[in-house]
Amino acid sequence: MTATQYVGKPVSRVDGRAKVTGAAKYAGEFNVPRLTYGVIVSSTVAKGRITRIDATAALALEGVIEVLTHENTPRLAWLDRSYQDQIAPNGSPFRPLHDDKVVYSGQPVALVVAENFELARYAASLVRVEYAPEPHQTNFDDAMAEAYEPPTGRAGYTPPPKPRGEADQAFADAKYQVSAQYATPTEHHNPMENYATTVAYGEEGKLTVYDKTQGAQNVQAYLASVFSMSSDDVRVISPFVGGGFGSGLRPVYNVFLAVLAARQLKRSVRVSLTRQQMFTFSHRSETRQEVRLGAARDGQLEAIIHEAFADTSTFEDFAEGIVNWSGLLHQCDNVRLEYRIAPMDVYTPADMRAPGATQGTFALECAVDELAHRLGMDPLEFRLKNYAERDQNLDKPFSSKELRECYRQGAERFGWSQRNLEPRSMRRGNRLIGWGMSTGAWEAMQDKAGAKATLHVDGRLIVGSATADIGTGTYTIMTQIAAETLGIPLERVEFQLGDSTLPFSPVEGGSWTAASVGTAVKEVCEALREKLFKLAGKIHDSPLGDATLEDVVFENGEVRLHRDSARGIALTEILRRSDMATLDEEVTAKPKMLEQSGYSRHSHQVTFVEVEVEEDIGMVRVTRVVDAVAGGRILNPKTARSQILGGVVWGISMALHEETLSDHAFGRFMNHNLAEYHIPVNKDIPEIDVIFVHEDDTIVNPLGAKGLGEIGLVGTAAAVANAVFHATGKRVRHLPVTLDKLL
Amino acid sequence: MNSFTFARATEPAAAVRELAAHDGAQLVAGGTNLLDLMKENVARPPRLVDINRLPLAQIEERPDGGLRLGALATNADTAYHPAVQARYPLLARTILAGASPQLRNMATNGGNLLQRTRCYYFYDVGTPCNKREPGSGCPAIAGLNRMHAILGTSEQCIATYPGDMAVALAALEAVVQVQGPDGERSIPLGEFHRLPGDTPQFDNNLRPDELITAIDLPRRGFAKHHSYVKVRDRSSYAFALVSVAAGLEMEGGKITTARLALGGVAHKPWRDPEAEALLVGQAAGADAFRAAADHLLRDARGYRFNAFKIELARRAVVRALREASTA
Repeated sequence: MTATQYVGKPVSRVDGRAKVTGAAKYAGEFNVPRLTYGVIVSSTVAKGRITRIDATAALALEGVIEVLTHENTPRLAWLDRSYQDQIAPNGSPFRPLHDDKVVYSGQPVALVVAENFELARYAASLVRVEYAPEPHQTNFDDAMAEAYEPPTGRAGYTPPPKPRGEADQAFADAKYQVSAQYATPTEHHNPMENYATTVAYGEEGKLTVYDKTQGAQNVQAYLASVFSMSSDDVRVISPFVGGGFGSGLRPVYNVFLAVLAARQLKRSVRVSLTRQQMFTFSHRSETRQEVRLGAARDGQLEAIIHEAFADTSTFEDFAEGIVNWSGLLHQCDNVRLEYRIAPMDVYTPADMRAPGATQGTFALECAVDELAHRLGMDPLEFRLKNYAERDQNLDKPFSSKELRECYRQGAERFGWSQRNLEPRSMRRGNRLIGWGMSTGAWEAMQDKAGAKATLHVDGRLIVGSATADIGTGTYTIMTQIAAETLGIPLERVEFQLGDSTLPFSPVEGGSWTAASVGTAVKEVCEALREKLFKLAGKIHDSPLGDATLEDVVFENGEVRLHRDSARGIALTEILRRSDMATLDEEVTAKPKMLEQSGYSRHSHQVTFVEVEVEEDIGMVRVTRVVDAVAGGRILNPKTARSQILGGVVWGISMALHEETLSDHAFGRFMNHNLAEYHIPVNKDIPEIDVIFVHEDDTIVNPLGAKGLGEIGLVGTAAAVANAVFHATGKRVRHLPVTLDKLL
Repeated sequence: MNSFTFARATEPAAAVRELAAHDGAQLVAGGTNLLDLMKENVARPPRLVDINRLPLAQIEERPDGGLRLGALATNADTAYHPAVQARYPLLARTILAGASPQLRNMATNGGNLLQRTRCYYFYDVGTPCNKREPGSGCPAIAGLNRMHAILGTSEQCIATYPGDMAVALAALEAVVQVQGPDGERSIPLGEFHRLPGDTPQFDNNLRPDELITAIDLPRRGFAKHHSYVKVRDRSSYAFALVSVAAGLEMEGGKITTARLALGGVAHKPWRDPEAEALLVGQAAGADAFRAAADHLLRDARGYRFNAFKIELARRAVVRALREASTA
């Protein structure tokens, strides 16, 4: 892109007004005539069989239409394959109301459908379910005995690299060693908007499914496959998503149940989850990790051994990259990384913002801090000493890596040089002060994606792709890219997404949307540009004469000669003079695999954190954060900053608050509401200073953007834990760092 | 949520009559706790009686120099009332340490006293709970009990009273005014809530057909020397792991009167006159504070995940007394 009229500017969200005025409709807000309401009954046992379901009292209420259970659901698709969505792990996907088996606590066991919501909810409370429970396993410390290496082949999962050098020997020989065990708990995504589906039952049984999802086409394909419907008979629409964080990458059971009921009853149905039920379909895997690091006296890192265990369900092999980062973040020639998963009687974990990276980086970056402390070395100096110039996992150069600049600018902004090395050496009144830091990385991925663009004779440009905007700013940056490429004022551009009938897009996740869909939008607008230019050339007395595409510029809704800006023509005029109401183009943008494959493509980040700890009662407060990010080209500094802020808040949350507690006697998550499952409140979050360092990258994708959804979170929890150590001299290796661990 | 009938009372006697006439009927004012409990199927009242129109929202002077807080005055109006701020800053501070502004705008003083425990098991109808279903068992005793009681527990229940306001009221020795079918009676705050014993389904000594009309504050407000220390897992909108309301009167550096109440540690705000008496006549100082704290916690018993609360409570007491004495 040559001009930068819109891209790179802090444009406010184009959908902001709709959101704050309530005009933006979410899945549970679409109203259709004669809508019925489904309320889900959830299992209270973790494992066993349903021996009896008594729905008599529920069905006796006037207005209750049906109680769907495994006993009366129709036979659906048979093969596991039919239930495997785009990003399903290996295994046998959970099928709601399939049979009498209970495989986790909170599993949907019945759906009560009634003429109104209140009635459905009341009726659901009257359904009696009896179980023959069987012994269950939800205690990860015990489940680990059954751990195995996850099968490879899941889309998006890269197994740990093969060992390099002689890690165990190098560790044994190292002058300075750290060997420590770390643990991270189960966490739940808990977006503000609960999952919901409204199915509009149409003529001849055609379904319009308003669903909360991060991938409208993923859900559409799943429904078509499970219910053996023609692709044309089910359309999934998801214009707004009130937070996803990975919980909506796969179809959630409410969409299955709503469609099931709509087809059974030939009625429109809405099914929404309660907050408790938000804890019944996906979680961040619980981990136990051992990290061993060895270093020479001068701080040279000589060995990294990182072994991680994480949970999965009994029916799917969920895998994520937890240890891989340990071979990437710092220069080290002797590395051994291992990763195993162990089944428990829980629902399958799911990707959750910076999946794998945030658990693994917590362990590694705390261990690095421990090692630097043992060496009596500043942790920043230690990281600079072991700066990785190449990706040693892949043995490839980085497409770009401005982490050194992140270290420099971040440290300067934070005032890191004033840090006293000694723990417990800094105080403010009767509070201990601690400064900690950590590094993180995330992959800069680009996936195949499509987009279409239509220029209308009235000057409006409509661009669309079936992606989602989960709050990240997709609507806004795609609008910017389109406006920029075609030189059309921002207000005249409309971007459409969240509709399965739009051109193909991968699910929105992995921080790849800006790169993937953004490239598609750029390319489709470029193609349209070319088409417009050709049309202009055919116009009688074209003001552009015999100019080539290189000779012109698209600006303010016109195409003009570079040399002579007086000579030009409005894009609408081109259409009018060509007798056309609209002009369309559609493309599928594919990553340049060959060019990209020679490089390791990552975003990088460093977090500096200050905490205050009240020594007598252990209360911790984060008082300052500086987060410096190398994320390629920043398409919109405003939405970009928000992404990093959100990531940092998550990191603080992970460090100090979040933990889903399971009572192993019941195999059940017990703090399943937002009063007891803690995330930070406003008062827990200080000013967060976000720095984007300049980073040019022509390899990652034509936009040079690396994606920012995850990178703000990756290293933050470790930085907080390291700051707590610096404040108190206490090393808490089991998250979250709650005050009882500091007394 | 169950199906229920709804009535609205416009005078206290009518509210009491509704309670007497309908078994299981419940009063609703701010609804900040009851509606939650109904949505989770924990509370299933067949009838709700709206008392928001009863004339009980005023805060007024009492002839003995104290202050009467209407049962329907909101937590927010109470905390920001000039007389409360000037004469009972301990109460104002304590109320503002609880919940969130939105909740305090809705929650009433009477309803706040009746706030139910936050025990996970009580809140989840998928599990047993003696408080919710007497005789079904108490999984918290061997289960997730980090938030639970360390004082006055029973084999049936280790739940805590979760609120803040009542902890200050206990230290202030407030009196709860109630009205029943047979007239009015007064219940000292310290006798309002109860220990679980064998009947944990009862949180307090209010009879099912009684209405709280007011909370009376005695003249002594510890305006000069007081503190409320709330130890919790985040800065706001979290229940206390341990809280301490301390009120002192001092003369020439010595303590002449002391009141100490603990929250988050028992089924009721916890007071111990013996521990308070230990402070009287003492010079303010760490040793005296620690001795009182030790005495206050002498019968504490920790469970698997909450044993830390015993030492935490001691430290919080010391901190509260230090703050109160140096204020």
